[in-house]
Amino acid sequence: MKHHSPVRPGGVLVALTAVGALLAGCSSDAKDSKASSSSTSTAATTSSSSTAAAATSSSSAATSSSAAPSSSSSAAASPTETVPAGLKPVKISYLVPAGTGDEEIAKPVIEAFEAANPGVKVDLQTRPGGADGDNLVKTKLSTGDMADVFLYNTGSLLQAIKPAQSLLPADGAWTADLDKNFVAAASVDGKLYASPWGASFGGGILYNRPIYDKLGLKVPTTWAEFMANNAKIKAAGITPVEQTFGDTWTSQIIFLGDYHNVEVKEPDFAANYSAGKVKFATDPNGLLSFQRMEQLAKAGVLNKDFASAKLNDGLTAVAKGTVAQYPMLAAAAGQIKTLVPDKIGDVGFFAIPGDDAATNGMTVWLSGGVYIPKTTKGDKLAAAQAFQAFLTTKDGCDAETKGQAPAGPYMSKPCTLPADVPQWTKDSQVYADAGKTSTALEFKSPIKGPALEQILIQVGNGTSSATKAAENYDKDVVKAREQLGLK
Amino acid sequence: MSLVAVGHLWPAATTPTKGTPSMATTRAPPKRPTGRSRARRRSGKRYRGAYPYWFIAAPAVVYGIYFVLPTVVSFYFAFTRWDLFTSTWVGLKNFRTFFQEQALVIGLKNTLIYAVLTSGLKVVLGMALAVLLTSEIRARGYLRSVMFFPTLVSTIGVGLTFTVLMNPELGVINSALDTFGISGPSWLVDPHLALYSVALVDVWKGVGLATVIFIAGIVSIPSEYYEAARVDGASSWAVFRLITLPLSKPATATVILLSFIGGLRSFDLIWAMTKGGPGFASDVVASVIYKQYQAGFYGLSTAGNVVLFLLITVIVLPLSWLLNRKQVDL
Repeated sequence: MKHHSPVRPGGVLVALTAVGALLAGCSSDAKDSKASSSSTSTAATTSSSSTAAAATSSSSAATSSSAAPSSSSSAAASPTETVPAGLKPVKISYLVPAGTGDEEIAKPVIEAFEAANPGVKVDLQTRPGGADGDNLVKTKLSTGDMADVFLYNTGSLLQAIKPAQSLLPADGAWTADLDKNFVAAASVDGKLYASPWGASFGGGILYNRPIYDKLGLKVPTTWAEFMANNAKIKAAGITPVEQTFGDTWTSQIIFLGDYHNVEVKEPDFAANYSAGKVKFATDPNGLLSFQRMEQLAKAGVLNKDFASAKLNDGLTAVAKGTVAQYPMLAAAAGQIKTLVPDKIGDVGFFAIPGDDAATNGMTVWLSGGVYIPKTTKGDKLAAAQAFQAFLTTKDGCDAETKGQAPAGPYMSKPCTLPADVPQWTKDSQVYADAGKTSTALEFKSPIKGPALEQILIQVGNGTSSATKAAENYDKDVVKAREQLGLK
Repeated sequence: MSLVAVGHLWPAATTPTKGTPSMATTRAPPKRPTGRSRARRRSGKRYRGAYPYWFIAAPAVVYGIYFVLPTVVSFYFAFTRWDLFTSTWVGLKNFRTFFQEQALVIGLKNTLIYAVLTSGLKVVLGMALAVLLTSEIRARGYLRSVMFFPTLVSTIGVGLTFTVLMNPELGVINSALDTFGISGPSWLVDPHLALYSVALVDVWKGVGLATVIFIAGIVSIPSEYYEAARVDGASSWAVFRLITLPLSKPATATVILLSFIGGLRSFDLIWAMTKGGPGFASDVVASVIYKQYQAGFYGLSTAGNVVLFLLITVIVLPLSWLLNRKQVDL
């Protein structure tokens, strides 16, 4: 899902600027482990009774309509058949963040869904992206004012909207088709709440292929090779690496994208991190992620306007070849189609290089989720569930592709990528095919320190050392854990 | 704008007058420092206002619901971990966390620098402009309007405009400096300069209001003083130092208080221009608080607001008392 920090007024609708929200995203309250017993039990009672009520109304809606396979989990039929044929004519509202490219994806999807379900209308509504949007979603859910279906992050931000209290668990045969990493990221306490929205994508380095060809460079698989490439590029009079701190969230890509390299060396890093047992300042692999940023800053390989440039500047630069490499999410590269359409084939992708060429791989960001709040009832609920199911079908994904070229695999088995995907998607696919991928830390842990982007900017502009930054981030993480009520 | 109107902006309690009978039964408006005798006459027990109390009922309800109630409730939520769905009592933990916040130390320092700098510049520049605009110059009315104009523009609009103007590579300011052979600084993206750049814009935007208050103060000085001074052969500087400056003290106090409070709780302009960045270089207390809110740490950000409330009170109450204590002696 592309849901990102504030959209700049006057700016172009940055399709997928928004991806950054995944990065910008930080987690919020998760569990009331310390909640006073009375309030906990009340909440529990309320939620279980309303689950029952919702389930009842859902099943009654199901019985009233002739075919309602979405609630029969035994149907092992092909996904297209899981869309209920006999939905009552009803209008449901669908809430997505604005200015993030999601509207563009939603339009063809809604068109296809309405065509497949005559009588059902989907009213597309928008909300702000980024942290302001998160707060709006929480407010709407807590006051019972949420749209019938809505788009929100999977991963660390999901716990903050209290799924057990506010959302209906996802149900239906289609859940069996989902990617297991997505299921893990869209579940809380073993219950799945979402259907996937859009494709997954990698986070790594976009590079200008003509420059690599001209200088005879090889795509680096180790950090040493990467730095050697940078030296050669610099010697040739070209800016080696772009950074764009004008959009603060973009400062996080090198750090977050390095997570695969951390995980191959420490497979239980995420679990230990969530439990507070591992600190970035004291864990050599974690600290290395901060040091990579520091090395780039110290090597003098960054663009001159790194402090003020924005995402679109970076994408334009790497496509036009004024800079050789730009650490970015592959999904954000989709914007190049609008910015520099004739250079779209010049941009390739490689994962953040690690210490060992043999284990080098890609860190993956999963799709956002489409959720149903508990306030959706009756015929609307049946339609909303059909909408959730539709997104996992081939028709659903093809409609999404029409809205935006996918930068990586879809999260549902029946979906396939089109043949004419951009180069960066093909490059990403190589890692996926080789099984050399890890899901980003923010999908594996509910905790993300909210100040990460600022801390990394301090490393990038030289006002903080990597060690100091790691210590600061550890403190930020401790605070986030406390505020989530985790011990 | 009259001084009395400006006076409404200060809490009446901060201008105690010795020997005045209890104010509780009266509705006397906040007194002008020089209004002692009149106030005493008005505040007799049998004094009845021209309007009944229920005239304030409607505004009081709005004020109560949207200001008093949230304020009171916030003191409770400051002691909880709150996610909008549930809140859990955590005692003083939020305050401890808030004071350990790494950006807070920078934020506190920056807040004070920002408040002192903007309020100082507004007083000095505002006074200078007011003196200029009350003297006999050409196009005075036009200049007064022009000078007040920035105050009327939306803060966010001003912030975004200056962000573009101050862009180190493409901005108009640095391009203009370039033509004179000066390579301009990086303004908002230089960690050492960002706060001062924003402060300058704040002064540009806020000096108009300060000037208007000063103009009101200067215009209300009886012209006899100036005539007498001229007869005695006083220089312009002497007139300014011995008449204008001391007699516009109430206006000065107002400007200092308003701009200082404004500086302490300043947020919108900083958020529009730097979001507290680069890194944490231009964070102020209010932006640190807002970031906690953005992160969904509602209890923690409420605690931060309570701290900011107390901080402003602790700084401004004595300042207000000090500024309003003395009567002007000529």
